Amino acid sequence: MSPTDPVDASLVLSARGLTKSFGSNTVLRGIDLDVRRGQVVALIGPSGSGKTTVLRSLNGLEVPDGGTVAFGASAGSPGGKDLELDFGGAVGKRDIAALRDRSAMVFQHYNLFPHMTVLKNVTEGPVQVQKRPKAEAEADALRLLSRVGLAEKRDAYPFQLSGGQQQRVGIVRALALKPQLLLFDEPTSALDPELVGEVLSVIKELAEEGWTMVIVTHELGFARHVADEVVFMDGGVVVERGPAAEVLGAPQQERTKQFVKRIQHEV
Amino acid sequence: MTFNWDLVWSSFGPIVGGALTGTIPLTLASFAFGLLLALLVALLRLSPNRVLSAIARFYVSVIRGTPLLVQLFVIFYGLPSLGVKLEPWPSAIIAFSLNVGGYAAEIIRAAILSVPKGQWEAGHTIGMSGTQTLLRIILPQAARVSVPPLSNTFISLVKDTSLASLILVTELFRNAQQIAAFSQEFMVLYLEAALVYWVVCLALSTAQSALERRLDRYVAH
Repeated sequence: MSPTDPVDASLVLSARGLTKSFGSNTVLRGIDLDVRRGQVVALIGPSGSGKTTVLRSLNGLEVPDGGTVAFGASAGSPGGKDLELDFGGAVGKRDIAALRDRSAMVFQHYNLFPHMTVLKNVTEGPVQVQKRPKAEAEADALRLLSRVGLAEKRDAYPFQLSGGQQQRVGIVRALALKPQLLLFDEPTSALDPELVGEVLSVIKELAEEGWTMVIVTHELGFARHVADEVVFMDGGVVVERGPAAEVLGAPQQERTKQFVKRIQHEV
Repeated sequence: MTFNWDLVWSSFGPIVGGALTGTIPLTLASFAFGLLLALLVALLRLSPNRVLSAIARFYVSVIRGTPLLVQLFVIFYGLPSLGVKLEPWPSAIIAFSLNVGGYAAEIIRAAILSVPKGQWEAGHTIGMSGTQTLLRIILPQAARVSVPPLSNTFISLVKDTSLASLILVTELFRNAQQIAAFSQEFMVLYLEAALVYWVVCLALSTAQSALERRLDRYVAH
């Protein structure tokens, strides 16, 4: 599994001033987000804070009303961007497709294709979209599946798998696209408690291998372990951000303190 | 009443022949065209474009709100006054296709809507276009949902094709009718026609069950 490059300081993603309303409900009020290569960023916050909308905007599943998203080897510098979308202007299908090329999403409810086997779920994107040779895509898929302990399930249909297994396939489906950025939308929220661990350990391994990831999660203990940076959102704004140990261990803002305290009480 | 068995045997050939050369090809052709039309109408109906969606809604409303026999007569007996003269067979295929198009469109639309939104998103996140997602992800799942109601449409169509006898298409019922008129044995001939329709529909029901089982192989039982 690549990339295995060490963390460097170059930005992969740089989002500025993202805004989004659904009707009269404003969910994002100017969000900035930087992600460096190899970095793991955890987005946390109460439900309705806008964290999932930020994540979905990065994959073009929501189209923000305003703001910019840039991808590139050094997305922060003027010459280092290979894609920049200004949502304040006209954004077409091609722009959204280019945005989707850069990242892949792992969904809360897995969203595997129920009419395809595990192997087909994984190779569908590489073969149908990226036009890679089928044999090569299947070899890749099997390698990734065996990494998460599911190679022998290659011919099973999703309904024959446990939630934890389905989510591991969901992760492999995203990895097979070889994206610059992996996006996780509450990847363990739909799982039975005893199945959470197997999924989190896969994500942790990916972090150790150097994959760049943005994770929306309620698992604060996990975020603290795995994330380099934690971004706490509330009411459509970023309230606090910084190294995981600082934001979760010694939050500065009152709202962050309350949130961290409340979640820890629940656990 | 004495049953005229000789007539039963001698009429069996023309009646089954009418099914094989009339009823069945008419049903298959009309259903195939009708399904294509229905898919198009369903997609127009789901389109964000209000004009297209309104056109599709109007079409469905007209087809469902008027008798099939009237649709058939408008095409065969009505159109010639506009200078469009069609033979019985093309008239029948057009009328039945338009009819299936209207009914099946609603079935397909509902089936497409029954596929969870997350499936569209999963298609998009692996980089598929809207059309690719529709063809490879959504329609295969919608197909499973729509097989039982579409089978009903299909089986209804088999029986509805008997109306084509009224625009001079030679099919099962018209053959029965002609022999009945000639022999005056109405009960024998119409019971025999009913029996052949029933056997055809029974065979289709069996085929439907087999198809449903096949499409169900990827869902939990």
